[in-house]
Amino acid sequence: MSGDKIGTDNLNTKLISVKRYLPDRSTEPYWQSFELPVDDSTSLLDALNHIKEQLDSTLSYRWSCRMAICGSCGVMVNGIPKLGCKTFLRDYDGEIRIEPLAHFPVQRDLVVDMEIFLEHLAAVKPYLIDDNPVKPFDPAAPQTYQQSPAQLARYKQFANCINCGLCYSACPQFGLNPEFRGPAAIALAHRYNLDSRDHGKKQRMAELNRHEGVWSCTFVGFCSKVCPKHVDPAAAVNQGKVEAAKHTLIALFKG
Amino acid sequence: MQQRDFDIVIVGGGGAGLRAAIGAAEQASQQGSPQRIALLSKVYPMRSHTVAAEGGAAAVTSAEDTHQAHFDDTVSGGDWLVEQGVVDYFVHHAHQELVQMERWGCPWSRKDDGQVQVRRFGGMKTARTWFAADKTGFHMLHTLFQTSLKYPEIERFDEYFVLDLAVHDGAVVGVIALQIATGELTLLRAKAVVLATGGAGRLFRFNTNAGIVTGDGMAMAYRHGVALRDMEFVQYHPTGLPGSGILITEACRGEGGILLNKDGYRYLQDYGLGPETPLGHPENKYMELGPRDKLSQAFWQEQQAGRTGKFGDSDVVYLDLRHLGEKTILERLPFICELAKSYINVDPVKEPVPIRPAVHYTMGGIETNPQCETSIAGLYAAGECASVGLHGANRLGSNSLTELLVFGRLAGEQASRRAAQTEWADSGVLKAQADRQQALLTRLCDGQGSGEKWVDLKHAMVQAMESGCGIYRTEEGMQQSLAVIRQLRERYRQVRVNDTSKIFNTELLECIELGCGLDIAEASCLGALERRESRGAHQRLDEGMQKRDDVNYLKHSQVFYQGDGHAELRWQDVDVRFSAPAERAYGDAGKEGKA
Repeated sequence: MSGDKIGTDNLNTKLISVKRYLPDRSTEPYWQSFELPVDDSTSLLDALNHIKEQLDSTLSYRWSCRMAICGSCGVMVNGIPKLGCKTFLRDYDGEIRIEPLAHFPVQRDLVVDMEIFLEHLAAVKPYLIDDNPVKPFDPAAPQTYQQSPAQLARYKQFANCINCGLCYSACPQFGLNPEFRGPAAIALAHRYNLDSRDHGKKQRMAELNRHEGVWSCTFVGFCSKVCPKHVDPAAAVNQGKVEAAKHTLIALFKG
Repeated sequence: MQQRDFDIVIVGGGGAGLRAAIGAAEQASQQGSPQRIALLSKVYPMRSHTVAAEGGAAAVTSAEDTHQAHFDDTVSGGDWLVEQGVVDYFVHHAHQELVQMERWGCPWSRKDDGQVQVRRFGGMKTARTWFAADKTGFHMLHTLFQTSLKYPEIERFDEYFVLDLAVHDGAVVGVIALQIATGELTLLRAKAVVLATGGAGRLFRFNTNAGIVTGDGMAMAYRHGVALRDMEFVQYHPTGLPGSGILITEACRGEGGILLNKDGYRYLQDYGLGPETPLGHPENKYMELGPRDKLSQAFWQEQQAGRTGKFGDSDVVYLDLRHLGEKTILERLPFICELAKSYINVDPVKEPVPIRPAVHYTMGGIETNPQCETSIAGLYAAGECASVGLHGANRLGSNSLTELLVFGRLAGEQASRRAAQTEWADSGVLKAQADRQQALLTRLCDGQGSGEKWVDLKHAMVQAMESGCGIYRTEEGMQQSLAVIRQLRERYRQVRVNDTSKIFNTELLECIELGCGLDIAEASCLGALERRESRGAHQRLDEGMQKRDDVNYLKHSQVFYQGDGHAELRWQDVDVRFSAPAERAYGDAGKEGKA
């Protein structure tokens, strides 16, 4: 119901230009501008909802939680990947230019095809691997693993990724080669590798220790700058490089 | 139109749907013959609204706690309108499910000794709520999604909007889904179908819910004759941010946060929740740890008495966390800090957070039996979309995340058992139903009609629900809301969308969601109007109806769809086999009683 949130006692108006693309009408994208009433609390998502409900109902974009946890509403704002719901128009002067997330194929308007990102996530085996547990799970006498707060703290940050894909739009290497597993997938692999309950690192290293794994990264670091949840995927990728190098050395010695 | 065959189709990729998918896969492999499972969701699974749950998941954990205590809290919390056999099953299976989540990697917060930590929650007699900081739903959802990737038999259909079920001879035979990216229909033939589509908070203007929480699955089952049960019970969460309604978790109060009116007074002591507990020493079932219905009602009373403050246009009270200290706040409630700072520019470490009640949870839903099966054979429902009978007239915080697991798994297993003994039905029924859906879509996009706009109807619906079916209700207000909703249902028949594109047509989806919303809004209003008593979240101001009336209304409401005609209501007995209805009391008043 964000459309009716923008009241009549607005502080001012803003100009938003949105890159439109309607593949069943035209092969070329075009820009469309909207003048909107805004107040201090108006987010970019509020603005898009206002456009959809009041100005042009054909504008398509993804959104859901409007509280920066579902990861749906990533777009480029003046060339920078951002979550629409956590971007406030009060922070912008002049025209605001909105485009779909960079480096993904555009399906329509601000909607991009995320399939390749989902494939990358699945490829790194992002789940707890413990094939021969000391105490197998028994529903009749269920027992947890032990994990100290310090052990939890080692991986917790990397478990906070909301899969919004902003880091892929920020990553020049992913832009050049979409086969690169990319920041979020590697951070997630790293999250499980660091988990004291997990024994799947060896399986994951095979995936990470190759050109499309950690070695595509040239440490630009923009992925961490745009991350809305401070996951710091660049740190995960580079810690992953150290692990991958060790993995290679160990494999050499074991011959 | 493409047709695909599956043993089991699961609609909804949130906590309940993912747990059902994994439960079905495990059950099938135990049965010795793998089954093919389709998991459809209108969004990528990790976007599902489970992601926004913050506080935690309840289960009897400590040696001093008992199943009986969790049972008693849940039954009295629900004002005795719960199915007691279901609650009994729930409390006995809660702990194993949370441990199973831990074994799958869920990053539960820990004690120094490496054991899982629990926190206090409203209406619970003791601390039994597991949590992962204040992003419990987020971590549970991602753990379930990631774990589901281990099962090759689960085939996902991300961004497929399920339009309808196909039912033949009293049994479900499949679903019809719209692929959002292409606008094409896909037919999925199935031997069993699980609905796990979430609640309907978006029927109301001011709510904590994500935009996708539009009640589609409820409407689908309802239109095929399944009863919607107890739909009049809508939970107002006492602490939403003014303006947006964004959720500020009950865990803030579990950790010791207090609620103040504009005079800095802890007003809850005036509403049967006292005496005041000392600052920094929260006590279960006292003051801020009372149940949600009572706290939201106390806000309303303070508002009427002119003791609420203002934040922008909103009347508010204040959630004060400052005495917890920066370290605890940042460690236990980091997301709350982020939200308050981003959305209202308030730092909870430094100032009290203005808050107000917001619609949060749909207690009622698709009626199922204790095994999650609906009145249509092979059709199961679990999670917020379902009414298995766990929450009654008021849900206790942290019971619903556990519900997703306990009943998601059960629904998945039951679906798998049925699929093992059932053959696919003839495709004809599915095809005929798909043709009907295609015709409806074509009509919505044909540019004809009287020019009714979905946006206008939606705004009128959310306004009507808020004004007539709020925290306190009156006969006149509810009658008016029901009349408005019925008019809107008529006007909806003339509705059209502007966007005629087949590719990612979100206007069409919003319009379809609105049609679902209007149907179930009628059920909600009708249940509210006909329940002439006050119980849990349903409070009436009308003379003679301000108290609970067990003689006439210790009954579930069941509302049945009647096509374009008016919905019909019946009453159904409640399972009270273990605990006879007693007075529901908190604070010192609840000390003596069992509750």
